[in-house]
Amino acid sequence: MVVLLLVLGIIAWAATGIYKAGYTTGVGVPVEQPIPFSHEHHVNGLGISCEYCHVSVREASFAGIPPTNTCMTCHSQIWNTSPMLAPVRASASTQRPLSWVRVHDLPDFTYFNHSIHVNKGIGCETCHGQVDKMPLTWRVNTLFMSWCLDCHRNPEQHLRPPDEIFTMNWNPADGKPGKELAADYGINVKQLSDCSICHR
Amino acid sequence: MADQLNIDTIRTNLQGKHGDEYWRSLEELAETDEFREFLHREFPREAAVWDESYGRRQFLMLMGASLALGGLNACTKQPAERIVPYVKSPESLVPGESLSFATAMVQGGYAAGILVTSHMGRPTKIEGNPDHPASLGATDAITQASVLSLYDPDRSQVPTNRGLISTRDKFLQELESALRAQKSVGGAGLRILTETVTSPTLGAQLRELRRQFPKAQWHQYEPVNLDNERQGAMLAFGAFAQSRYHLDKADVVVALDSDFLIHGPGAVRYARDFAQKRKVAGDKKTMNRLYAVECSPSNVGAVADHRLAVNSREVETLARMIARTVGIAVGGPDLPQHKQWIELLGQDLLGNRGSSALIAGPYQSANVHALVHAINQHLGNAGKTVTYSDPVEIEPVDQSESLRALTQEMHAGAVNTLIILGGNPAYDTPADLEFKQALGKIPLSVHLGLYNDETAAESTWHVPQAHYLETWSDARAYDGTTTILQPLISPLYGGVFSQHELLEEVLGRTGRKSHDIVKEYWRDRTRSGDFEKFWEISLNDGVVANTSLPAKSFRVRLPDSVRNGSAQKNSGFEVLFRPDPTIWDGRYSNNGWLQELPKPLTTLTWDNAALVSPSTAESQNLENGNVIELRSGDRTIEAPVWVLPGHVNNAVTVHLGYGRTHAGRVGKKRGFNAYALRTSASPWSAGSVVLAKTEKRVRLAATQMHHSMEGRQLVRSAPLKEFLANPNFAKELGAVPTSEQTLHGQHEYDGYAWGMSIDLTACTGCNACVVACQSENNIPIVGKEQVLAGREMHWIRIDRYYKGSIHDPETVFQPVTCMHCENAPCEVVCPVAATVHDSEGLNVMVYNRCIGTRYCSNNCPYKVRRFNFLQYSEEDEPTIAMQKNPEVTVRSRGVMEKCSYCVQRISSARIEAKKESRSIRDGEVVTACQAACPSQAIVFGDINDQSSRIARLKAEPHDYSLLAELNTKPRTTYLAKVTNPNDKLA
Repeated sequence: MVVLLLVLGIIAWAATGIYKAGYTTGVGVPVEQPIPFSHEHHVNGLGISCEYCHVSVREASFAGIPPTNTCMTCHSQIWNTSPMLAPVRASASTQRPLSWVRVHDLPDFTYFNHSIHVNKGIGCETCHGQVDKMPLTWRVNTLFMSWCLDCHRNPEQHLRPPDEIFTMNWNPADGKPGKELAADYGINVKQLSDCSICHR
Repeated sequence: MADQLNIDTIRTNLQGKHGDEYWRSLEELAETDEFREFLHREFPREAAVWDESYGRRQFLMLMGASLALGGLNACTKQPAERIVPYVKSPESLVPGESLSFATAMVQGGYAAGILVTSHMGRPTKIEGNPDHPASLGATDAITQASVLSLYDPDRSQVPTNRGLISTRDKFLQELESALRAQKSVGGAGLRILTETVTSPTLGAQLRELRRQFPKAQWHQYEPVNLDNERQGAMLAFGAFAQSRYHLDKADVVVALDSDFLIHGPGAVRYARDFAQKRKVAGDKKTMNRLYAVECSPSNVGAVADHRLAVNSREVETLARMIARTVGIAVGGPDLPQHKQWIELLGQDLLGNRGSSALIAGPYQSANVHALVHAINQHLGNAGKTVTYSDPVEIEPVDQSESLRALTQEMHAGAVNTLIILGGNPAYDTPADLEFKQALGKIPLSVHLGLYNDETAAESTWHVPQAHYLETWSDARAYDGTTTILQPLISPLYGGVFSQHELLEEVLGRTGRKSHDIVKEYWRDRTRSGDFEKFWEISLNDGVVANTSLPAKSFRVRLPDSVRNGSAQKNSGFEVLFRPDPTIWDGRYSNNGWLQELPKPLTTLTWDNAALVSPSTAESQNLENGNVIELRSGDRTIEAPVWVLPGHVNNAVTVHLGYGRTHAGRVGKKRGFNAYALRTSASPWSAGSVVLAKTEKRVRLAATQMHHSMEGRQLVRSAPLKEFLANPNFAKELGAVPTSEQTLHGQHEYDGYAWGMSIDLTACTGCNACVVACQSENNIPIVGKEQVLAGREMHWIRIDRYYKGSIHDPETVFQPVTCMHCENAPCEVVCPVAATVHDSEGLNVMVYNRCIGTRYCSNNCPYKVRRFNFLQYSEEDEPTIAMQKNPEVTVRSRGVMEKCSYCVQRISSARIEAKKESRSIRDGEVVTACQAACPSQAIVFGDINDQSSRIARLKAEPHDYSLLAELNTKPRTTYLAKVTNPNDKLA
């Protein structure tokens, strides 16, 4: 009996481990892309703003992946012979788009909208982590529903003032307390855990 | 199901009824056992679908194995998804956001303005264009469904030569050599056959054709045409004057066999104007009055305050009687049985000089149309409720005559090259002309069409046509307003031509694109300096400014032939031919949304039927589903019977458009072909028909007995007088809850509280909302067998109730959606909390939680929940998947679904409002059904906002809730139907 319980316990422990492991959730595992794009280099090294490439993050549900032409604004002039960037040049010359692999992929029955989050005090970093420290891109959060709800039930802990949305490595102690920010933004916390907020 | 249908029982049961009792179908009235079974089963006959070839043990064994495998399956990771950005981002396109473009849908040659929603280059949804006079923001059901036809995988995809796949180049070579031969003889053997043409560009091209080939002929034919209207105008005015009604100014409307609210070039606009005059709300306590004379029951007859069912030949006699009553000297006999009816109608008309309108339907003779013009002019309505203008069509011709001339020449061998620009004449032309046989004799026949249909099969060449959402064109609306049609997507299939492009090839200008052809036409005709600006504005608005035709005055001079009239001989048993209410003349038969759309009144899906009155059914010993043979001369058809209360006796109505042999997977071999009995001399009725019962039976899939509500006061109505005397009549008719107590706990709504109001006075039962909802919410079709099992998926259904005698009942339509009850019975029984309330009062359905117990549906008193018994959403058709609205989850098998109040539209409005730190404005959230409704019967909004339209409607005295006695507190409520009968006629 004891052995059986022990075995079951081990199985349960292992299953939970697998369930939460990076292998299953993708957390901390860099995703292989057609071009080893480095956010660290472009954001930290060059100081390019998030919105330079992710143009629709304030207006639309989808933040936007830059068209090849955006890459070519610089790369037609610099690193324009680099073999690493051959796919970009090929895309520009053949007019065939690049095909990236999604790093953050929600199930199809979940409707996420970037614009309402960045307009109401949620920084990029809150969900995507310190992208400026990522030579390749990976997930820092599980994207489990429980993870979404942790914030939807208690958003104050993560709110930032409007001018700190795109800041990396931001310290909450630097700004107004979350409760005041929630009031400023007019966030109706009670509503945020309605099913219809994300599912339809 | 009709085995037990017995007219005697129905009569006895009807005698027992008293007061305002409504009934839904003859089966209900007869109280057959089968009807009772229907009522008491949640989803009727579902057990019959169970395949009993598996025993219980075997089933458990198999399920055990698949469960074990299923467990393993769950260990796989979500498959990687790709993001493919643009190379160069298109202007004004934001990934993930939809755009909307103005264009027009052309039906029967006439345009109705639309705005098409496009998601990342995929058109997904059609809305009306508020700036277009024929739409004013609304649409009809067929327009809503046309977006599905665009993606139809059965559309023809390559040119074919005598049935074999060929290429565009080979076709052009053969065409060119044939045309070269024609050139030398001035086009003596060249014929062009089009449908009704209002396109200015096509008109210019056809004029150019006549210049290049002086002996060539242009013929026009459409099976559901306006010949009688055109001839009637010729008789009355001596010219092809176009009538246009202004029903917002008419207090008395008389429809003579006319379905003016549903079909015809201006129907959507007419429904809006008519409803504005009809609704009672707020301070408006007056209504218009509608009299309808009709043969086959229609929506207009159902809306009418007074309805008279007569044989089709009697309509002219009645029109003459009306003319005499108002003081026009015309001959003809009197029908004594209708004399009083006509006299009272005449008095009403005389009392409303200048504010009444008579409308004749396309099924009635030219004489009736001429008489109607005379009466309108005599009453001073001309220039007020009805105006006239020059014709909208490029060349209005008598289309039956045009087709007859063409077929004669074809039989005689005088035609060498026939180019058919759209249409399906081998299928839908009158049987006596034998067009199909004649087509086989033509050395070079070219068919341009969307489908490889009956005509394509008989032509030497078939070339795929571009769908109207794939190409440029132009067309005019019922009032002349012109729209430049723009494409939403480049053609899905290769090798296609538009009408303009094919004609341009005939004209010897090869390789020109529709865009250039249409644009050049307009460039040549625009005098204003900045053409590009004119072009941009016209495309953006969806109308070319100032193109509506000015009103002109025409004088009526009735010729003696009309004045005297000829004796109407009794034609014996009649067959009436009518376009199908959903698939029209057959051109939409491969559209699943339209096939599964319950036809108004009969609620039949997937089939046509021979509609007969209860008396005829009794005298011929017929029941629903019995197949009868109809013989007219030496032509016969076999058709299943459907008994329709209110149908005229001694006649049978058949709908055109079915019995297709080449129509694609959805439309092929459904119903019977009524064209086989139709003749060119009498396209709308055939007299002296012999009816014979056969031993065969057909199961017809009607939705009418599903979801029955067992004789409670569901539909409430009263005449205007009664309503004014007791405005609260509707509330008083129903029971009230015995206790307000509930197990649910009290909800508090301090933000928005969404609600809907449906005005039964305005609803015409046109079905536009049903298809609009289907298109917005990714609702699948299920097929005839599944409809028979009661598994149709529509989130909004239109119930049809009858009241009174089975021979001439009153008819009421009631759209029913999820009521979004505040005390929702579905929520408390769900074991997994898959259906719950949100903080704005929506009863939401969480698909990913649903495990398919169906307890919720069982506990829903309104029967508005729909269950995916099978995998209904088409996952294996990539083009169909392109139509899906990305804002709404596509449901899979085993999941319950229902009306969501278009929660995606609420969400999007809420996000926009929140970003601007404001509240959602009244009217900002428009549900799909509300947007489509031509008569604006549906209003949606925040009932907590006291100044909103919805709050005011809910405060109306005749607002009532369905089954209020259950204390469900529905958020959707109804405005009771108010009618305006003539006291003296009551």
